[in-house]
Parts: sequence; C-alpha cells; structure tokens
Amino acid sequence: MAEIIANEGGGKKKGKKRAKKFSTAIDMTPMVDVMCLLLTFFMLTTAFSKPKVMEIVLPDPPDPNIKTPRVEIPKARAVNIILDENDRIFFYNGLADPTKPPIPTVFESDYSKDGIRKMLLERNRSLFKSIEELNNDVLTGKQVMPRDTLEKRLRDLRKYDDLGPIVLIKATEKVKYKNIVDIIDEMAICNIARYSLTDMNSFEVKLLAKAKRDIAAAQTGQPQ
Amino acid sequence: MAKIKVAKSAPRTDMTPMVDMFMLLLTFFMLTATFRPQEPTQVDTPGSISEKITPERNVITVYVGKDNKVFFNLDNGEDSTLHIRQEVLKNVGAAYNLSFTPEQLSKFERMSAFGMPIEKMGAWIDAPNESERQLLQTGIPVDTTDAATSELANWILYARKANPRAEATIRGDNTADYKAVKQVLDIFQGAKINQFNLVTNLEKVEVKLD
Repeated sequence: MAEIIANEGGGKKKGKKRAKKFSTAIDMTPMVDVMCLLLTFFMLTTAFSKPKVMEIVLPDPPDPNIKTPRVEIPKARAVNIILDENDRIFFYNGLADPTKPPIPTVFESDYSKDGIRKMLLERNRSLFKSIEELNNDVLTGKQVMPRDTLEKRLRDLRKYDDLGPIVLIKATEKVKYKNIVDIIDEMAICNIARYSLTDMNSFEVKLLAKAKRDIAAAQTGQPQ
Repeated sequence: MAKIKVAKSAPRTDMTPMVDMFMLLLTFFMLTATFRPQEPTQVDTPGSISEKITPERNVITVYVGKDNKVFFNLDNGEDSTLHIRQEVLKNVGAAYNLSFTPEQLSKFERMSAFGMPIEKMGAWIDAPNESERQLLQTGIPVDTTDAATSELANWILYARKANPRAEATIRGDNTADYKAVKQVLDIFQGAKINQFNLVTNLEKVEVKLD
C-alpha cells in the first residue's frame, strides 16, 4: 500500500507541454476508518456476547416417607403471587384458608414496573433500602470492604430481615417459562429475602376462578 | 532579489504500518470470536438482570424448545482424555441394551447437542448429512412410561456420575410451557441436583423507590 506519488514537482519545466500526470495515489483513509470500526465492533462483541445465567436453588423435594412438619408462615408477611396464562398475574396478601376467615381479596397486576414490582417494592421497602444503601456506600467508597465481605453482609441482611414479605409463587397449568423467569427476576430486582415456588391448593384454584369472574364482570360493567 | 520559496507540501505520514497493525488485530479478533455452538433447536431465552456468565466447561445442558421438546448436551469437562461423552453414551446405551461401535463413539465425542430416543442414536451418529440428522431429532423422552426412570433421567444420572463437577444449565425458550420445564427440574431434583443455571439475556433495569 505504497503511495505512488507521481512526478508532481515538474511544473517548472519550460518547453513542451506535457500531458498532466494524474497522481495514482488512492486515498486510504476510508478503508482505515472501516477497519477501525470493524475492529472496535469485534473487540466489543466477543466480550459481551456470552449469554448470562440466572442461578436458582430449589429446596430438596420432600421425602414422601418422612413427614416434615409444615412451616407456619405468618399471615401478615405472606404474599401469594399466582401466575396465569396469557401473561396474567394475580396476587393476594395473607393466606387463603377457608377455615380461617377473612378470605383475602385477589388483585390483578402485570409484569410492568408499575405492576407487581411496585407492590413488592412497597412491601419490601426497608430491606430494599438497606441493601441499596450498602451497595451505594461500597460504590461511592464510603465503606470499603472486600467483595466476599460485601456478599456476606448482603446475605446477612436478607437472613435477618423480619419485616419483608414472604412470597409464595404459584402457577397454573398454561403458564409459560418466560413468566416464571420474569417473576423470579422480580424477586432479585426487589431484593426479596424469602420466596418459594409452590403448588396451588384446590381452594386457591376456586378463589382464582372467582376473582377472574369478578374482574371480567367489573370490566364489562355488568352487575355481578 | 526574490526569496526562493520552497514548495510547501503537507507532511504525509506513511500509513502502511498502521493499516498493517489494524489488519493483524482484526484478523486476530475475528478468529478468536467463538462461534455459537450449533444448537439443535432455536431457543430464545428470556431476559433477566443476572450478570453471571454461562459456564463453558463442566456443564450438563438441557434445552427446552418452543415445542417443549427436550435436547441434551454435555461437554467433555476439563480433561478430554477422560472421554466423558463416550463414557456416558456407553453407559446409557448399556442401560437400554444398546451398544455402539468405537467409530460411533469417537464420532459422538465430537458432536454436540442431541435430542432423540436412545434407539435412534446410532442412526443419528451415522447420518450422512445435516438435514437427515435434524429430522431424527424428535426430543428426548421425559415421561416414565414403561421404565422406572425416564430417558432424560438416565442421561443426567450417568452424566453426573462421569463428571460430578458438572453444573446443570437449562436453556428454555420463552414460549415453552412452564410445565415442561418443571418436569425437567423435577428430573434433576430426582438426581439430587438442586442448583440450576437458567440461561438468560442481560436486561438492565432501573429501580427507583419513590
């Protein structure tokens, strides 16, 4: 890629008029520009193209031979989130037990940031704040600690939290994988300390069906 | 007397070495860009805020496609002289009274993800071209019909035995039924694996507490 500079300085020669020799220099600037762009592109995409993973840990499945005592979840902290088909999501506070009235109301929400996330953030306000403060302190340098200590502190904040909601995630038959991943992601976004994936009992199935009927009726404006 | 003017020419740096360097760097990055491994089925993974990188070694991968078909992959771990893939194929074949020739075993070692009942494995390995191979991929059976454990359970069990350090990775499609994925998770839990990596795309989310 040498520049062939033709004889430019021959202007002073007097005498026969020579045919003007055009310089055959190809301007390589655009090519170098494109190379620079391609290079930057490849440098960045090879670094970022690795797919990420979301870690989940499920508890051991209960051994059918050993009768494990049922863990009592305090009614005040329980939040049940029910995922339904067509990306619908419902929730209710407390526990639905027909023998222990009152029966909680089922609300419908959605996966947007003003939907289920808003509700969870409200319930989890104090824990979310403390975790965010800790992260910000470490980021801005107010507190300095090695990464392991930070992770341990975050884990402890979650472990000893006793104000935040305990979320029970349930799904009906036709729920898509994306819905489950989204809701578990919301758990991580809202820094929920305790959540579990469980099955719905028959009472809840009826409760959900009734709630859907009520919501449909309210939308069409018909009397129930 | 007029001053002799020297012809002013803009200083021209010879760009040759720089473009040479660029070309070398470009070639380097283009070649070291790892190509995505051929996936048996198109899987669009959901998004999440998780930033942990997919492990590349010591993984047992289960794909759940759009049609809820299940595919399986395992890698050779860190020491390829252990021939983990061959081991697992031999053991799973033995569990179903099937045997494979050494050529089939060595071919299998170099292939990647697969998804078909074990009876069709021989045909898949020996298939002459890609399209025929693709036709045979109907998904690994996950139901426990006549046997005590499903085929997928057997694959996972033997893969785990051959490489105890392998992590479970699940590549599920967005539109796959949660039921199908739950079945896969239950099979994993049956094999005493309770920690999973769900492959996702990175999503950045701004959370503001008002």
